[in-house]
Amino acid sequence: MTTANTNAIERYRNNFLKEVEANVEEGHMVKMCMQCGVCAGSCPLGPHWTHSPQKIFMMIRAGKRDEVLGSDSMFMCTSCYNCMVRCPRQLPITHIMHGLANYAHRLGLAPKGQPTRDFATLFWNNAIKKGRVNELMLTLRHYFRGGLVSGIKEALGMQSVGLGLFMAKRLNPMEIFGGHGVKDLKGFHAIVAKAKEIEDRKKGFTA
Amino acid sequence: MNAPATPVTPKYAAYICSGCGIGDAMKVGQLENIAKKEGKMALVKSHPFLCNAEGVQTIRDDIANEQVTHVCIAACSRRAKTEAFQFDGVAMSRANLREGVLWVVAAGKEHDEVRQEMAADYVRMGCAEVKKMKQPSGNVKESSSKRILIVGGGMSGMTAALEIAEAGYEAVLVEKTGALGGMAAQLWKRQPFKMPYAAAQDTGVAEMVAKIGATPLITVHLNSTIADTSGAPGRFVIQVAQESGAVSEVTVGAIVQASGFTTYDIAKLPELGGGQPNVVDQAGLEALARQANGGAIKRADGKEIKSVVFVQCAGQRDTTGTHLSYCSGHCCGTSIKQATYFKDQNPDIDTVVMYQDLRVPGMGEDFYRSAQERGVIFTKGTASKVTGGDSCAVTFKDLILDEENTIPADLVVLATGQVPNAGVDLEAWNPVVTAAEGGDEAAKAQRDVMRTTSVLKLNYRQGPDVPQFKHGFADSHFICFPYETRRTGIYAAGPVRRPMDILQATDDATGAALKAIQAVENAALGRAAHPRSGDLSFPTARLEGCTQCKRCTVECPFGAIDEDEKRFPKFNEERCRRCGTCMGACPVRVISFENYSVDTVGSQVKAVEVPEEDEEKPRILVLACENDAYPALDMAGMARMNYSAFVRVIPVRCLGSVNTIWITDALNGGYDGVMMMGCKKGDEYQCHFVKGSELAHYRMSKIGDTLKQMGLEPERVVTQEVAITDNARVVKLINDYVAELDKLGPSPMKGFG
Repeated sequence: MTTANTNAIERYRNNFLKEVEANVEEGHMVKMCMQCGVCAGSCPLGPHWTHSPQKIFMMIRAGKRDEVLGSDSMFMCTSCYNCMVRCPRQLPITHIMHGLANYAHRLGLAPKGQPTRDFATLFWNNAIKKGRVNELMLTLRHYFRGGLVSGIKEALGMQSVGLGLFMAKRLNPMEIFGGHGVKDLKGFHAIVAKAKEIEDRKKGFTA
Repeated sequence: MNAPATPVTPKYAAYICSGCGIGDAMKVGQLENIAKKEGKMALVKSHPFLCNAEGVQTIRDDIANEQVTHVCIAACSRRAKTEAFQFDGVAMSRANLREGVLWVVAAGKEHDEVRQEMAADYVRMGCAEVKKMKQPSGNVKESSSKRILIVGGGMSGMTAALEIAEAGYEAVLVEKTGALGGMAAQLWKRQPFKMPYAAAQDTGVAEMVAKIGATPLITVHLNSTIADTSGAPGRFVIQVAQESGAVSEVTVGAIVQASGFTTYDIAKLPELGGGQPNVVDQAGLEALARQANGGAIKRADGKEIKSVVFVQCAGQRDTTGTHLSYCSGHCCGTSIKQATYFKDQNPDIDTVVMYQDLRVPGMGEDFYRSAQERGVIFTKGTASKVTGGDSCAVTFKDLILDEENTIPADLVVLATGQVPNAGVDLEAWNPVVTAAEGGDEAAKAQRDVMRTTSVLKLNYRQGPDVPQFKHGFADSHFICFPYETRRTGIYAAGPVRRPMDILQATDDATGAALKAIQAVENAALGRAAHPRSGDLSFPTARLEGCTQCKRCTVECPFGAIDEDEKRFPKFNEERCRRCGTCMGACPVRVISFENYSVDTVGSQVKAVEVPEEDEEKPRILVLACENDAYPALDMAGMARMNYSAFVRVIPVRCLGSVNTIWITDALNGGYDGVMMMGCKKGDEYQCHFVKGSELAHYRMSKIGDTLKQMGLEPERVVTQEVAITDNARVVKLINDYVAELDKLGPSPMKGFG
């Protein structure tokens, strides 16, 4: 990860905008922002994150690489698409935000302990293991992310929901022993590996 | 000096229309009697549909067979059916029975009496007015010049010259420098003005210069300035002085002033690096780009430029009063254009445009986007400090990220604004002249120096240039007639009038060229230019009554009146707009038009029958400006809004033409109040004649003493500003005023009149 970061810094020197254009989904549209602020005003989560899309785009153009890639903003996006619908310059803002989140994550610069990011990681690792989401394990790992005591507390708090799901046969306790997977697990892993290889190549993560 | 008398014995006729419901709501027979007995009309007819072919023919026949010379038409508003009721060679008045009575007086039998009285008064007024009117004879000029002078050979001036020549008129182009092209010729390229608005285009100056050279109708004087301008539209005499000192004289009919702009002095912006090496203004960058001739743009020291920052609004939109307070409009587009010079030559050059608000009028948004696509960085920020030298730096406040920042660059371009070449500011000129005429030697010297900075060197008593409007730009009637200055026949075009880019300047010059053509044609026929276009009447003064008070010469908004050797007013009819401000100003009432005079209105004021006090029917005189207030009143009628039947409305050419005698006459005659309705005054004026409304307000503010002498309350005379869209408001103003006067009680002057 750090190597990728160093490589990127090396390759684009001071031109963070060029780096974003080359590596971030829809990044080539960042330069078209006209700083009207409609996205910032439209975002329902506006008050809850550090930088609005408008600021993120301005920071990219100002070359503030560390601040942008270390921002929690991209992870706070709920994909409501309000900004994208309203943007007078038709920037695919939601896509760019996701693209930036992905890029920051892969470079290892995304903020540590950011709940959305952690949960997304958890979800991905869980789903990739057997090709199917093991809901019991996903839930448990999420509850116990902060240690044993807080995990037990959080789980107890949700016990009525858990029991309800169990009674309705929506939750199988046996899944704790590994759970079920797709038929051709080997083939599935090969597909994911290939996809990653392609993406890495496209986004410049392979040397 | 008096206007020629109507050659034949006058014969007066009145025609009363009973159509549009007038006949149902009013007793037309009684109105006929009034026209005959009180109005002393020789011929009175009524017709059920006066504006149809048969009705109009009746009038035409009477003019032809009965030798009718004066016609009073009592029908609809003077603003309606103007084509039907147009009779050449006769004087005509219109009594407004439809919009002025039928449609505004509440319906129903209980209002029959006041409605009839109102209609009767309007018939009396129409008859009284027409008897005082003369048909304007006009004043055709045999030797009127239709040549047009253009001062300034830049983009605006060249465009005007070509447009004038294309329309078949002679143009004389005077240019101060040794070559045509002006500022545009200093540019490498101009902003795109054709689809797809994505790349800078050739200026086209060379083609225009060649075309001018090949046009026989255009005479060009290079290295020349105007040494003197005297006369009036149709007969301006211009002394063209060459740099060598040789002077030639040329007679022209109208003038287009396209004297352009100079760039704001960069040296006045030391905090933004003005004067330091590698800090240039936009014109400076154009010079570098022309030097590069399409190759890599290099600094003055020969170093190739790899990064450049454009600082917008440098010395513009300044709120501290130190620099230009306005936005020059073109500079955002110009900086975008200049950034593309770099990007098109080498996309790796860093170009930053630092703006506060990017303003790209016209199709500029497309160009802006195309620059963004090229990778030009747009940063919203305010530059606080620029250091020049080998490696420049711009310190600025980022307005989006709310932080101080610094960008290094090889070159910094300051987008300074346009400063108009408008010549002498008359507001500074006039006190100097007054002092000089008082014998002050220093003032005399100062006056002579000031005169050398004049563009037109007008030989007018009002000063050597056109008045300046805002921020030193040449005069323009911004709301209605943008090309018009307050000097008839002189049209300002291009950036001397307001800040603008090349495309706007060429449009502007085309408009001014066409206005100049109108002016020379009108002058030749002795007709008014705008806004009373085609008016053949002109003011004359009965000089034996003149006291030489100079009010007319001073107050004429258009500088039409000079003083002759004996210090009497000398009317330059071709400069006159026929507003009547001189007539309103004259304390001895010696100024009049053939068809509009102290008498035409005064006789109407006196023709109204003012009821006795015990009848409890007040009379309120409304003097309404015919440009805005009168149409608004008409429209109130069209919308069937009701106002009091106690008012009597007289349209006036401009509130400036209101002579206080009308007001004192009305109040002496027992009217309960006088309301004047004119246009908006002040900096955001809407007065067609610029100063008329303002002067009227000023004059009325002084009427208190007169009222006091008469033992009347100041509320008896009010002045209102209305716009043409105020149809609902005029109704409220009238009704509120009637209610206010009701509280005040009847005028104590009743019965003495």
